[in-house]
Amino acid sequence: MAKVVAGLQYSEEHEWVAREDGNVVSVGISAVATDALGDIVYVDLPEVGSTVTAGETCGEVESTKSVSDLYSPVTGEVTELNTTAVDDPAVINSDPYGSGWLFKVAAVSDGPLLSAEEYAAKNGGEL
Amino acid sequence: MSKHTALYGTHEALGASFTDFGGWQMPLKYTSELAEHHAVRQAAGLFDLSHMGEVWVTGPDAGAFLDYALVGKLSAVVDGKAKYSLICNPDGGIIDDLITYRFGAEKYLVVPNAGNAPTVAAELAKRAEGFDVVVEDASDATSLIAVQGPNAEAILLKLTGDSQHELVTGLKYYAFNEVTVAGHDVIVARTGYTGEDGFELFLPNEEAAALWASITEAGAGLGLIPCGLACRDSLRLEAGMPLYGNELSLEGNPFAAGFGQVVALSKEGDFVGKEALAALKASGAGSTSGRRLVGLKGLGRRAARGHYPVLKDGAVIGEVTSGQPSPTLGYPVALAYVDVEHSAIGTALEADLRGKAEPFEVVALPFYKRAK
Repeated sequence: MAKVVAGLQYSEEHEWVAREDGNVVSVGISAVATDALGDIVYVDLPEVGSTVTAGETCGEVESTKSVSDLYSPVTGEVTELNTTAVDDPAVINSDPYGSGWLFKVAAVSDGPLLSAEEYAAKNGGEL
Repeated sequence: MSKHTALYGTHEALGASFTDFGGWQMPLKYTSELAEHHAVRQAAGLFDLSHMGEVWVTGPDAGAFLDYALVGKLSAVVDGKAKYSLICNPDGGIIDDLITYRFGAEKYLVVPNAGNAPTVAAELAKRAEGFDVVVEDASDATSLIAVQGPNAEAILLKLTGDSQHELVTGLKYYAFNEVTVAGHDVIVARTGYTGEDGFELFLPNEEAAALWASITEAGAGLGLIPCGLACRDSLRLEAGMPLYGNELSLEGNPFAAGFGQVVALSKEGDFVGKEALAALKASGAGSTSGRRLVGLKGLGRRAARGHYPVLKDGAVIGEVTSGQPSPTLGYPVALAYVDVEHSAIGTALEADLRGKAEPFEVVALPFYKRAK
């Protein structure tokens, strides 16, 4: 699997952002992050309807070996959660850019985001 | 500069992720640490443990010397059996925990932990003064491969001649034999750090890669996969086994760690740490005073990790030493030192998980026990 997927934007904290319809974005964590975390066993996501702020923690991702905070890459209202990933966090490892997405936000603004090329260059990842 | 075991190239070829452990570059995992964990519980796992030390103690005074150098009575171990023990400093602090194998009255093998092996070897050499023994650190020439899990015995039997099967099947827990496995003369011990049945195999470095390959082939149809240190840690935690540096340390003592029974205060003669350990025991360390090591079960989903504070009614009464979500049990487990008055089974405590108190309960160890 490619560690960094082209066409997405990335935060320094290893979240990826995909543009959906209108101002809605879906958010997940990159394969760079899932590789470092190991097998994810628990994910705590923001609630639907809550407001997340770019650069601030909005949840956490726990693996067998460690736990790390989840940072929102954008500011806006959470519109949807990936309940599949909550119920079976293994999909975050197996398909971090697909069925392992985490939540969607109606974004009013973005935090600092990197292009796939920039993110790959910073993290030694392959596109 | 981290050291490499004789199997480093094998691990690289298998695509392992590496981690530094005790000064060694060791496989953390090959694929998924959860898959590796479950393989050991359900089938079998293959581990490179060559970072562990091997120190030979030979000579007429071998038994008496080990009785002096370690806290247990090693002279009383039967030939062909192993014993868990501790090496303490004069203050009763734990230098290391180790397994000692008795080959005969004049020949023992001491196996310390990786990062402590040079210290233990040097300390044994120092303590040997006045005893008619030779202490030889063979760590750099010796490999250690473990096959752990319910299918471990069947895998080893595929690699041993019929006439030697009894040497494997007849082994009790903590016993060992010299066995020819896949053509290699190996010390096979029924020991492990996983809570499952299994074996640990000692052999010269030059033969390690060939034996690893033979075991991999023999285990292919029996669910055996290579396993890294990540699952070794989760397996030992479920089995309630201590890790030096987490549960055991120079600052701790055997009574607080729950290992009072391995301290043979009544054995003949002096041993290093005796006076301090006798005083600690008399003071009620780990039973009526200080802290003791307990198992904690998380009632929520979030896990406590090493160094997180343990609370009772908001006040800090202990500290977590190891903790993570248990892959087998499905809830968080942790080992923690807590004040003895809060150490009874069933006590409701909390762990401070990054600023939020979550409920935990003191439970009996081990967390996981295999069905016999």
